[in-house]
Amino acid sequence: MSDTATRLRGKDLLGIADMTAAEISLILDTAEAMKEVSARPIKKVPALRGKTVINLFYEPSTRTRTSFEVAEKRLSADTLNIAIAQSSVVKGETLIDTALNLEAMNPDIIVCRHGSSGANHLLARTCKAGVVNAGDGMHEHPTQALLDAFTIRERKKRLAGLKVAIVGDLLHSRVFRSNVYLLTKMGAEVWACGPSTLTPVGIANLGIHVTTRVEEAVEGADAVMMLRIQMERMQGGYFPSLREYFQVFGMTPARVALAKPDAIIMHPGPMNRGVEIASEVADGPASVILDQVANGVAVRMAVLYLLAGGGEDEAAA
Amino acid sequence: MPVLMDGERMSRTLTRIAHEIVERNRGVGDIALVGVRTRGVPMAKRLAVILREVTGHEVATGALDITLYRDDLMKAVVGPQPIVRRTEIPFSIDGRHIVLVDDVLYTGRTIRAALDALIDFGRPSTIQLVVMVDRGHRELPIKADYVGKNVPTSRRESVQVRLAEIDGVDEVLLDQSEGGPA
Repeated sequence: MSDTATRLRGKDLLGIADMTAAEISLILDTAEAMKEVSARPIKKVPALRGKTVINLFYEPSTRTRTSFEVAEKRLSADTLNIAIAQSSVVKGETLIDTALNLEAMNPDIIVCRHGSSGANHLLARTCKAGVVNAGDGMHEHPTQALLDAFTIRERKKRLAGLKVAIVGDLLHSRVFRSNVYLLTKMGAEVWACGPSTLTPVGIANLGIHVTTRVEEAVEGADAVMMLRIQMERMQGGYFPSLREYFQVFGMTPARVALAKPDAIIMHPGPMNRGVEIASEVADGPASVILDQVANGVAVRMAVLYLLAGGGEDEAAA
Repeated sequence: MPVLMDGERMSRTLTRIAHEIVERNRGVGDIALVGVRTRGVPMAKRLAVILREVTGHEVATGALDITLYRDDLMKAVVGPQPIVRRTEIPFSIDGRHIVLVDDVLYTGRTIRAALDALIDFGRPSTIQLVVMVDRGHRELPIKADYVGKNVPTSRRESVQVRLAEIDGVDEVLLDQSEGGPA
């Protein structure tokens, strides 16, 4: 049957856009087994013993880098962290030269975060190693979308037919793009909401509903996903003030009340409390924000395991 | 495909093995059954039912997925990687007699992986092994404590244990059509 998969097709995980629904389901199913590993007294399995994974982070990251590192260690891989502040990149080395030098040390997987959209695609074309996109510019952040989907599925037992509202900075958010691809492929109904200055032109063409009224997006939703206001990517005046943003778009208890009674509140982190989300909501009973962090490890274990085990055929061909 | 065992024979065999477990361990006091996924799990559950009928005691059962412990995972295997499933051992294995249950014993590599996986959960007093069929061709120094049936095979053949819970029918077949590893 075409709607089940037993392996990933390529050596890389670059984005959700070029994945099939069957591949997404395979990763989510595998992550369920991986989650059980994290609950054991000995949180380690030998699946990636002898494999080398390089974490190459050109942008600051605490959660994602730590999450990948924990996932790699729980699978017994040897991990190397390259933080760009201490690397030869500050001496002027290009991404391709860095990649070729790393490749010479024969790693199996490179996990890369980069400020430029498409950097991971360049890396994947250059390297024999599998490349996992841990976020590239304003393009994609596939493992975040996968862990979000895993968290929704864990609570709601399905993705198809759910209403998911995504509220915030749609323009700069790679988490938004990956989630839109994933949720629409899996049959969920996506409502995107943000200030018109932070809404990319033409996103309705992705098969989603777009609104500037947060109440309309949230009403009857099964899951509400807040996006961070990315102050570091904003050079212009996208909205008058953070305070006004919170008043118009911030997730308050009153707005949460419009969603389904059992709706879950999500945030990819790091949160700006009092900007996109009220503290009462972030810490409230509907919040699954810390579940998302825990599930991130399981989903990344699944991705690493599947990439390390698959893709041999294409390499040989 | 030749039928090596039918449903009735399999049922009698499991009853005999249950009695052997009781005899060897002088009861079922500290025993727990752990089935190796996939077909070891329903076999373990059936053994638990028989043990309850025989001794009047409930015997804990668990399920072990050994995929993450395999030694052939990263080889350029023919065909898809096995899907990883959950391991469910909802009890402490420390100090207990663990009876590992699997359908076919062949190279011994699955059991090697199962031993590694099990020991990550604690330190059992002993680990014993039940298999429905021992088909020979061991590649590791591993042997079963309780064997349903010894079947001499060639490496080209494959032995398929089918269970009602998974396959809708109880039988053991010998596949002589150039089958893959069982």
